[in-house]
Amino acid sequence: MDIKDIIRPENRVYKKSDLLYDTTFNFCPGCGHGTIVRLIAEVVQEMGIEHEVIGISPIGCSVLLYDFFRFDVINASHGRAAAAATALKRVMPDRYIFSYQGDGDIAAIGTSETIHTCNRGENITIFFINNAIYGMTGGQMAPTTLTGMKTSTTPGGRLTQESGFPLHFTEMLASLDGTYYATRQAVHTPAAVRKAKKAIRLSLENQKLERGTSVVEFVSNCNSGWRMEPVASNQWMEEHMFPVFPLGDIKCEGKLIQRS
Amino acid sequence: MAKVRGAIVVDTEQCKGCQVCKVSCPQQVIGMSGTVNGKGYYYAYMEHPEACTGCSNCGIVCPDGVITVYRVKEA
Amino acid sequence: MKGNEALAEAAIRTGVDAFFGYPITPQSEVLEYLLQEDAQKRTGMVVLQTESETASINMVYGAACAGRRAMTSSSSPGISLMSEGISYLAGAELPGVIVNVARGGPGLGTIQPAQSDYFQATKAPGHGDFRQLVLAPASVQEMADFIPLAFDLAFKYRNPVMILSDGVIGQMMEKVYLPEPRPRMTEFPEWATIGKKPGKERKRITSLNLIPLEHEKHNQKLQAKYRQMEAEEIRYEEYLCQDAEYIMVAYGASARIASRAVEMARAKGIRVGLFRPVTLFPFPAPQIEALSLRVKGFLSIEMSAGQMIEDIRLAVGKNQRVEHFGRYGGLVHVPEEILEAFERFYMEPHGH
Repeated sequence: MDIKDIIRPENRVYKKSDLLYDTTFNFCPGCGHGTIVRLIAEVVQEMGIEHEVIGISPIGCSVLLYDFFRFDVINASHGRAAAAATALKRVMPDRYIFSYQGDGDIAAIGTSETIHTCNRGENITIFFINNAIYGMTGGQMAPTTLTGMKTSTTPGGRLTQESGFPLHFTEMLASLDGTYYATRQAVHTPAAVRKAKKAIRLSLENQKLERGTSVVEFVSNCNSGWRMEPVASNQWMEEHMFPVFPLGDIKCEGKLIQRS
Repeated sequence: MAKVRGAIVVDTEQCKGCQVCKVSCPQQVIGMSGTVNGKGYYYAYMEHPEACTGCSNCGIVCPDGVITVYRVKEA
Repeated sequence: MKGNEALAEAAIRTGVDAFFGYPITPQSEVLEYLLQEDAQKRTGMVVLQTESETASINMVYGAACAGRRAMTSSSSPGISLMSEGISYLAGAELPGVIVNVARGGPGLGTIQPAQSDYFQATKAPGHGDFRQLVLAPASVQEMADFIPLAFDLAFKYRNPVMILSDGVIGQMMEKVYLPEPRPRMTEFPEWATIGKKPGKERKRITSLNLIPLEHEKHNQKLQAKYRQMEAEEIRYEEYLCQDAEYIMVAYGASARIASRAVEMARAKGIRVGLFRPVTLFPFPAPQIEALSLRVKGFLSIEMSAGQMIEDIRLAVGKNQRVEHFGRYGGLVHVPEEILEAFERFYMEPHGH
């Protein structure tokens, strides 16, 4: 059979979501942000909620989400996406609201807003991209930067006496009674992507149950900030990030999962 | 049983040459081209098209969504 | 009714959709009233006590993106925490009402009333080239009336509007005619992000623009709004100014006190008038300039070390005398002090 016979519309099994504009993502080659953005668009399309969803982009690599998603997106100030999301959901309870925040945005400057949003059990979805660095501003240390990890502000490697420990923010959020679902995913392999996509879908569907906040953390790579090739950064992530930030569900249907 | 054949179409101008698809392909179909696209990236392409089963691993892992996947059962 | 409560009741009656607030003296009654009155049950209005003023203003931002009437209220230090959010409202062209029941500063300052946030409100509410319309109530009646007015202006200009009150006006009790009830909005502006409409392009709301040429144009569009405010929205009141030889300028609580001092001066045969700016931005500069052509001097009465005085000087230019008097640090001047200061400046022969 000739390639031309295979490449026919009726044989198509996968293509980019219609809810993504053709603009090229501003993310670096191989960056997990792109995959996550793509998955969110696919899930919104498959759920058929493009007319009922509003996304909130923060300050950081993903600030330009509204140029990618073909549905309503607002930009919130650094760290405050969870507060803006709370208000959007409160004035429009029937809409799907999600915030999309980096590790600095959510666990450094946005700690208070995010914790109180979860503590109030706001029926929104928080996507938290943990690449252990401030990517947009050139690779500074983030709250989740690993001990000993080199960044532009920890040139000799992060010292715990100097700047503390990697912050397990999703576990903190999961311990709040208002949090209904908390999970940690990755998007660097096909298997991880398939699991992550299910988690995204569940986290959005949960909003209709009105039983609290859903938090989906993605451990992701930052090849520019980590100064590595994309594929190498994913391997490094598996070897160094996953032991500190183990993948898997942390809280399901309001109950903490006992983990080894 | 009938053999499943697949094929992918890469938007070579949008591809950033990150190679994540290449390492995710179970059949080692994908290679990086010898020439660069408009942005100076070596883009992905089907180096061994006959081996492709259309499993769409590459498509779903691509950070820029540049790969469209096709699959058909050979009669 | 108490000023803060009249403002809260007006918010319920005139269809405000959302209030986000954090406790701080002297304005916690606004949040308390809305919750004790169960505004949620009365009109479906969202009322939420937040974890910080920073969260409050960003919630106003979120609700404003949905085209709703959203507001917050706080006092001086809390307003400082909101400055980034206020700048975002202006940059993203969003309507929002911020109430500042001012107290003594700087820093923790005091909980007693003051008017030392004039600069903050009118000159630099946040970073970037933008202004916010500022209304200064001087009575419990105006605390109520300015809520619907502030929202109409906020939506007309898609810009933050501040109601700059103070601890006196917020805490005092007075008779008030509550504004006519009006329903909450059911139709939302076309720019609002309430979910993409079928067959339409999605909406986006941001204050970011990385292309300088475009961003300059955006800023010029904002500047045009402020010029329009200056042309159309100046509000003020004059008291005994027609035949006045001297003018006292005062807003809010100071205006009430100064009006008494004007009457005391008149009783002594000194022709003094009171000019009360109601909008602090746009400042009534043209009107004050007109007065300056036929009066001998101005006295700015502010519960601060003197901030509005600069705008008066800008309005009247060099060849006019402008002095300032005011107790501050939480103190409230009395009419006698004002009259005494006035006479010291203008009546004594060797007055400098």
